[in-house]
Amino acid sequence: MKFRILVIDDSPTMRGLVTAALEPAGFEIHQAQDGVNGLDRLAAADPHLVITDINMPRLDGFGVIQGIRTGATNASVPILVLTTEAGGDLKDRARRSGATGWIVKPFDEARLISTINLVLGV
Amino acid sequence: MRQMLIEHTPDQSDVVSFRIGDQDYCIDIDVVREIRGWSPTTVLPHSPPHITGVINLRGTVVAVVDLAARLGLPQTVPTPRHVVIIVSVNSQTVGLLADVVSDILGIDEGSVKPVPDVGPDPTRAFITNLITHDDGRILRKLDMDKILPRSAGGQPS
Amino acid sequence: MPQRDDLRAAFFEECEDLLAQMGDGLALMSDAADTPELETLHSVFRAVHSIKGGAGAFGLNGLVDFAHAFETVLDLMRSGRLSIGSTGMPTLLRAYDVLSDLVAAARDGVTEPSSMAAILVELDILADGGGADEEDIEFVPVPLDLSLPFASPVEPEPAPLGYMIAFAPSAALYLAGHEPAALLRALVRLGSARVIPDTDEVSPLAAFDPGSTALRWQLELSTCASRDEVDAILDTVSHLADVMIAPLVTHAAGMEEEASTQSRPSLPDQVPSEPGPIASLAMSNSDPVPVMEARVKGMDAAPASPIRGQPEATPVQMPVASTIRVNLDRVDRLINQIGELVIMEAMLSQAITNAQIEDGGDIANGLEGIKNLAASIQESVMSIRAQPLKPVFQRMQRITREAADATGKSVRLQTIGEGNEVDKTVIERLVDPLTHMIRNSVDHGIETAERRRSVGKPAEGLITLSAAHRSGRVIIDITDDGAGIDRARVRQIAEERGLVAPGAHLAPSDIDNLLFMPGFSSKEEVSALSGRGVGLDVVRREIQALGGRVTIQSVPGQGTTFTIALPLTLAVLEGMLIDVGGETMVLPLSSIVETMRPASVQVQYLGRAARMVASRGALIPIIDLAESFGFDPVGPLEQAILIIVEYDADRCVALAVNQIHDQRQVVIKSLEDNYGDVPGISAATILGDGRIALIIDPEEIVQSAAAESLALPHVANG
Repeated sequence: MKFRILVIDDSPTMRGLVTAALEPAGFEIHQAQDGVNGLDRLAAADPHLVITDINMPRLDGFGVIQGIRTGATNASVPILVLTTEAGGDLKDRARRSGATGWIVKPFDEARLISTINLVLGV
Repeated sequence: MRQMLIEHTPDQSDVVSFRIGDQDYCIDIDVVREIRGWSPTTVLPHSPPHITGVINLRGTVVAVVDLAARLGLPQTVPTPRHVVIIVSVNSQTVGLLADVVSDILGIDEGSVKPVPDVGPDPTRAFITNLITHDDGRILRKLDMDKILPRSAGGQPS
Repeated sequence: MPQRDDLRAAFFEECEDLLAQMGDGLALMSDAADTPELETLHSVFRAVHSIKGGAGAFGLNGLVDFAHAFETVLDLMRSGRLSIGSTGMPTLLRAYDVLSDLVAAARDGVTEPSSMAAILVELDILADGGGADEEDIEFVPVPLDLSLPFASPVEPEPAPLGYMIAFAPSAALYLAGHEPAALLRALVRLGSARVIPDTDEVSPLAAFDPGSTALRWQLELSTCASRDEVDAILDTVSHLADVMIAPLVTHAAGMEEEASTQSRPSLPDQVPSEPGPIASLAMSNSDPVPVMEARVKGMDAAPASPIRGQPEATPVQMPVASTIRVNLDRVDRLINQIGELVIMEAMLSQAITNAQIEDGGDIANGLEGIKNLAASIQESVMSIRAQPLKPVFQRMQRITREAADATGKSVRLQTIGEGNEVDKTVIERLVDPLTHMIRNSVDHGIETAERRRSVGKPAEGLITLSAAHRSGRVIIDITDDGAGIDRARVRQIAEERGLVAPGAHLAPSDIDNLLFMPGFSSKEEVSALSGRGVGLDVVRREIQALGGRVTIQSVPGQGTTFTIALPLTLAVLEGMLIDVGGETMVLPLSSIVETMRPASVQVQYLGRAARMVASRGALIPIIDLAESFGFDPVGPLEQAILIIVEYDADRCVALAVNQIHDQRQVVIKSLEDNYGDVPGISAATILGDGRIALIIDPEEIVQSAAAESLALPHVANG
C-alpha cells in the first residue's frame, strides 16, 4: 500500500520539491495551496501524514493544525510542519496546536524521508 | 485545381524537372513541399517583375517567383496550365512559377556536369550544374539561394 | 517526476508572481504608510518569505540572506512592533527593487547587485527600531537546519486551570472496541479542551507502534471539574492505555493566540461550545489590546472555511485562480487554425452559393452557426494571449523611483486601470517606450521641489499612468503635473537643429510634436538620465510598430500628457476593405477619420499636380493610393472616394481609392516571414475567397509620397 501524504504549502516550488523528493520514495502525494484548501482536501485525500507550511494565505499552518485536530475526519493524522522558521516560540506554538514534528527548510531529502518513515512507523 | 503531392523519398539524388519556355530545369526534390496548379496571385506593390504576387498556402502568405522572369527570360503570362512548385529553403517558403512539371528523375553522379563558360548571360548566375539525361535532354539545376527573394524583414531582391 | 532544473525554473516563475504580489502590496502601503492594512503586510511578508524558502532550497544564499533581512522588518511591522511611517517606505521600496534584482541575478547566474549591501544596512536600521522589546520576538532568525521532533517544552508554573492529560491507548483498547474519540469527547464535555498528540518526548516517536494507527493523545483541558470527574472517565480504559494526568498551567504568549483564534467566527466547532474558561483566559491575557485587535482583524480578512465538510458554506473571499502555463507556440498555432477555419467557412459559403442548392435554409443555418462559433472561438483564443498591463505598470514604479533618485526629485507614480488586458506581445514591446516616457516625464516634466513649492505645487511631483479600453483599443496616458512643455525652448532647439525653418508659423501642438522628430534630442543636451541613446522619435516608432499611435498634450504650468493608443491584439485588426486599382486591400479602421466623396467637396489644386481637400477647417493633401502603389491611378477624383486617415499626431492625409467594400475583422498574416518588407504595406490577410489582401500602412504611404514629391505641404490644423 502506498502511504498518502497531503502537502499544504502556498509555494508551488516548495510543493514541487517535496513531491519530487517523496514520490520516488513511493509516497502518494496530494497537494493543497493554502490552509483552507488543505482542510478542504483532507477528507478526500485521507492522508496518512500531513506536511504543512506555516505562512500561508487565508489560513496559516497553525490554523491548519487546529482545524485538523478538531475536525470531523482525520483528526489524529500525524502533522509535520515544514517551514523556514526555527524559532523556539513557533515550534512550541506548533506543538501546542497539535503538530507532530517540525522540519526546517531547506530540507535534506534523505532526512525528510527518514523522518516521515519514523512518524508513519514504517 | 491540379495538385500533386510528392512523397518524400530518402534518395538524395532525385530531382524535380520542369520546363520554362523550351528549356529543361530541375531542383533538388528535398526542397519541394508540393506542386499545385496556378491560381491568381495578389500583386505586391513595388515588387520586382519576377515576383508575380502572393498566394494563400493554407493560411501562410507565400510569394510566387516567376522563374522565367527571374532567369532573364520574358515574363510568364500565367494560365491554369502553369504550375507553382512550393519550395522551402532555410525556413522560407516560396512558390516557383513554371510552365509544366515533367518528371521526378533519379540522377547518378556521373551525369552531373559543370556549367561551361558560355559568356555573360543573366541565366548563368542561377545555374549550379548541368545534368545530362538518358533521353538526351539537358537539365539546368537551379541555385535556390540565388532564386529566392531574401526575407526576414529585409528588402526582397 | 519533475527534474530539479524544472523546479528551479518553476521557482523563478513563482518569484515573478510573488514579486508582482509584493509590488501591489507595497504600492498599497505607500498610499497609507502610517497605517498599512494588516492583510497587505501579511501578503508582502508571505511573498518575501516564500522567496526565501525557495531560495534556500536551491542554495541561493545571497537571496536567502537578503530576503531574511527584508522579512524581519516586515514581520516586525505585521506584528505591530514597528511602524516605519512614510520615512521608512523608500527603504522598503528599494529593498523590493534589490530583491527583484537578486532574483534576476540568481536566475541568470550573474553577480549580485552592488546596491544590496547598502539596503541591507538600511533594513537592519529599520529592524532595530522595532526590536526594543527583545523578549517578544517570536521570529528568531537562526541558521537553517533540520531538527525533529520538538525539544521538551519548558512550561512555566502559574495556577492550574484544568488538566493536562496524556492518553496513550494500546492496541488492546481498540480490540476492546473502545473509540478514543468518544473518550476524548467525554473529557471535553467537562469544560473546553484542545486535543493534540503527545510529542513531549522523542522516544514515543521512535517507539511508534506500526500496528496501531492511533496517535498518543494529549488533552489540554480547561475545566472547573475536579480530578475525580476526570478520573471517572478514564478509569474505564485505564488498563488499556497509559494515562497521565497533571494540572494545567497557562502560557501567557500562547493563550492570546488561542483567544484570537477562538473568536474567529468562521472556524466553527472549535471543540466544545462552552466559552467560559477560554473567554476568561482572554480577559486575563496581558498582551496589549491593539495587537489582539489587529490579529482578529487579520483573521477576518482571511476567513477559513468550515472544517466539517460543507463546501457550499465556504466563504470564498479570495478565489484562487487555477491556471496552467502553456507554451505560446501552441496558442499561436491555435490562432492560426481558427483563422483557417474562418476562411474555410467563407469559402464553403461561397461554394454553396455558387452551387445554388435548394435546402430550405438548413445549410444556411448550419453555416451561420459555424460562422458564429468560429468567431466566438477566435475571441476566446485571442483572450488567451491577452494579459493585464499590471506587470508593466508595476515595473514603471521602479523606473520612476530610479529616475527620481537620479534627478534628485521627489516623484510619485500613480497607476490606474492596470487590470486592462492587452496582447502579450504588445505588453512586452510596451516596456521600452513606457520606460522612456516615464523617465522623460521625471526628467523634463516634473520640476525640482524648490521650483514646485515656489509656484504653489506640492513638493512631490505626480505622474499618473492610466489605461482604459476605448473602442477596441487600449489607451494609455502618461500624465505629469509638471511645468508643461517649454514651447519657446523647443522651438529654439528645433530651429538650431534645422528641423523647422526659423520663424515658420507653428501651432502649439505642432511645436509639441517636434519632440517626436528624429534628431530633436541629442546626447549632449539630454541629461544623464534620459540620454540613453533614444529620443521620443524612437518611442513613437516603437508604438507605431505595434500598430499604435502616440500623441502629446501640454498645458504650460500644469503638466503634459502623452497618450498611447494601442490595438488589443497583433493577431487581428478591424479594417475597411477597399478597392485600389482593382486590388482589394485593407485599411486599418483605427487610422480612418472619415470618408467622403470628392464630388461633394471642393478639391483645391496646388501647382501642377498637388491636390488638397478641405475638411474640418484644415486643408488635407490628397494621395492617389493606386498611383502610390504603382498601379493605374485612380484617375479623376469625381469617381473616387476619399478616405481621411490620421497618420501622425493630428496630421491627416486623404487617400483616394476606387471603392469601399465593407468593414470587418481580419486576421493579420506576416509578409516578412516568407518575403520581406513591402513599402506602404504592414502585413497581409486572407479574405473569404481564400485570396490574400494587403494591409495598408498609412504612415508609410505618406512618407513615400513625401519622399517622392518633397512638396507635401505642412498642414497645421491645431
